Amino acid sequence: MTDAMDKRAAGNPPAPGMDVELYLGMYEQMAKIRAFENKVNELYTSAKMPGLSHLYIGEEAVAVGVCSALTREDYITSTHRGHGHCLAKGAQVDRMFAELLGKKAGYCAGKGGSMHIADPQSGNLGANAIVGGSAAIATGAALAAKKLGNGRVVVCFFGEGALGQGLLYEAMNMAQLWKLPILYVCENNQYNEYTHFRETAAGELADRPKAFGIHTETVDGQDVRLVYETAQRLVERARRGEGPAFLLCETYRYHGHHVGDIDRSYYRSKEEERYWQEQRDPLKTLADWLSGAFQVHRSAFEQIENSVRAEVEAGAEFAIQAPFPDLSEVTEHVYAESPDA
Amino acid sequence: MSMQNRPMREITFGEAIREALAEELRRDPRVFIIGEDVAEAGTPFKVLSGLVQEFGPERIMDSPISEAAITGMGVGAAMTGMRPVVDIMFGDFVTLVMDQMVNQAAKMHYMSGGSWKVPMVLRTTMGATRRSAAQHSQSLHALLSHIPGLKVAIPSTPYDAKGLLKTAIRDENPVVFFEDKMMYRNKGLVPEGEYTIPFGVADVKRPGSDITIVATSSMVAVALGAADKLAEIGLSAEVIDPRTTLPLDKEALIQSAKKTSRAIVVDEGYEQYGVTAEIASVIADGAFYYLDAPVKRMGAMNVPIPFSPVLEDLTVPTEQAVFDMAKTLCGRV
Ligand SMILES: Cc1ncc(C[n+]2csc(CCOP(=O)(O)OP(=O)(O)O)c2C)c(N)n1
Repeated sequence: MTDAMDKRAAGNPPAPGMDVELYLGMYEQMAKIRAFENKVNELYTSAKMPGLSHLYIGEEAVAVGVCSALTREDYITSTHRGHGHCLAKGAQVDRMFAELLGKKAGYCAGKGGSMHIADPQSGNLGANAIVGGSAAIATGAALAAKKLGNGRVVVCFFGEGALGQGLLYEAMNMAQLWKLPILYVCENNQYNEYTHFRETAAGELADRPKAFGIHTETVDGQDVRLVYETAQRLVERARRGEGPAFLLCETYRYHGHHVGDIDRSYYRSKEEERYWQEQRDPLKTLADWLSGAFQVHRSAFEQIENSVRAEVEAGAEFAIQAPFPDLSEVTEHVYAESPDA
Repeated sequence: MSMQNRPMREITFGEAIREALAEELRRDPRVFIIGEDVAEAGTPFKVLSGLVQEFGPERIMDSPISEAAITGMGVGAAMTGMRPVVDIMFGDFVTLVMDQMVNQAAKMHYMSGGSWKVPMVLRTTMGATRRSAAQHSQSLHALLSHIPGLKVAIPSTPYDAKGLLKTAIRDENPVVFFEDKMMYRNKGLVPEGEYTIPFGVADVKRPGSDITIVATSSMVAVALGAADKLAEIGLSAEVIDPRTTLPLDKEALIQSAKKTSRAIVVDEGYEQYGVTAEIASVIADGAFYYLDAPVKRMGAMNVPIPFSPVLEDLTVPTEQAVFDMAKTLCGRV
């Protein structure tokens, strides 16, 4: 247990009933994302899934902690490593799998695939395969929320690699000038593809948003409670019209950059991987705290894990059985229907 | 030594690229490579594997994910005495470097009345059917081929890739070099030792007399496949590859069409306003009195590339489609 956890467990026990439910819910969501990604890995390695996939395993606490602070109406933009964000924002497992397999029942009718899940119903403006590609889109959605006065907040998820893109700085500048309701969530999983972030980013990451005067906080992205509580403060701050914030989450991806990145020894060590998996695992961390603070029994976690695994298996089976799009659909959706001029 | 007498080896398209780069890095200390994950990782396609071991991280430079800036830095470094080779992982990302290439690199020499030069190469990829969806599958060479001041190479074989890349690096102008990522493992014969291939010289990949199929990059193999099938029904197709879209070997394309009296142009870029449009108009204009049929164009379907394999496969011209088109043009039903 980290210091922060000790403090909370001892000094600040929240009203029991409520928090147990809340955090068990987060445990379930994280477990679901992990089960989903493990299944993706299995489908991919058994050649049942086309294309490639960037797994979110290890980073679950970021998506779950942040999205738990949002309403369904709030918006997110996601990344190439986006399955976790989409699920945490409310996407269903079965339609996610269907999209990953290029099936008609998928969130994008099979047209988007793993890197482009989008879902208006759950406020998902879309995952983006261009690193940093959604920085301005998210900021534009925040501009619209402000203009429309609808009280919505936007979360822009990106990896630390996106800090290399100038677009992000142009967008953050305007967000701060115009006090837009947006939270920039930087998931520092330590690597841009196969390169450590210290080799690609000068100075301290958190100093960059601070240069614009943007309120910036750094949290342990493996502790879902910290992520959640911080995100909640920052989201409510934005909702009150106090402007953007930047949340830097220290995290780690357990697997390769994508599913095919198996031999990683040239860029990171097995010991490092083991350290994060054994000492910093977000599920284990939360389970330990719940057991300590609320005497939640191990069997409760096992039950959750079994139930999400069943949901994931059923979702994958649904997707495998689901039909491909009709070939005529290839030319549909190039343009949206417009009224006659 | 003439090319014919040289010992030949079979190497892959990716190895040919790597050889060209290694030879030029050895030959000219001003040459350096800059891009994302080009050093230890050797790019996600592993095309540059081993180069950092030989040339060191000063010349094989890993960059942040900053396409616009590394391209612009390539321009500045080229103007002031270096020979940068900028690596842009996916051709789709050329949209991020457009200002640097289109408004800066391409215009520098002209705008400065000939006083500045930009001898740089921007290497990038193209090609669909990798199930990589709309932002990682496009073939955007037409965008760059539109721009006066740039040169654009689009090789179809390991032999051409090596010779053209060496020429690109020695050229005094900004050159954009498109490599089909689906061809990196394709093998072909490449002679031992030094050679270059001039820009603006088309290559007849298969001689024929009934119809000309102009094809680029990945579509050359498709055209050759179609030509095989056409031969089975007694039609002789000539397959000709311009190899560079800018400059374009108009004369060779026109001569081929004059000889065969029919032409199809096949390219993996979007069909609308594409490379096929330019080449078809060159042929229609230059071979007008010799043509027995309208010049036909076949490009990628005018849709964002869909992820679903069943849909994606519809978007790219196929051997069968080229065969059918050729048959029709030749009056066979
Ligand atoms: C503009 C752009 N450049 C390069 C890439 C290729 N690419 C995909 S993911 C990636 C690394 C991204 O690192 P980071 O943002 O830290 O996210 P992570 O993969 O670590 O989650 C790169 C370079 C891309 N998709 N978009």
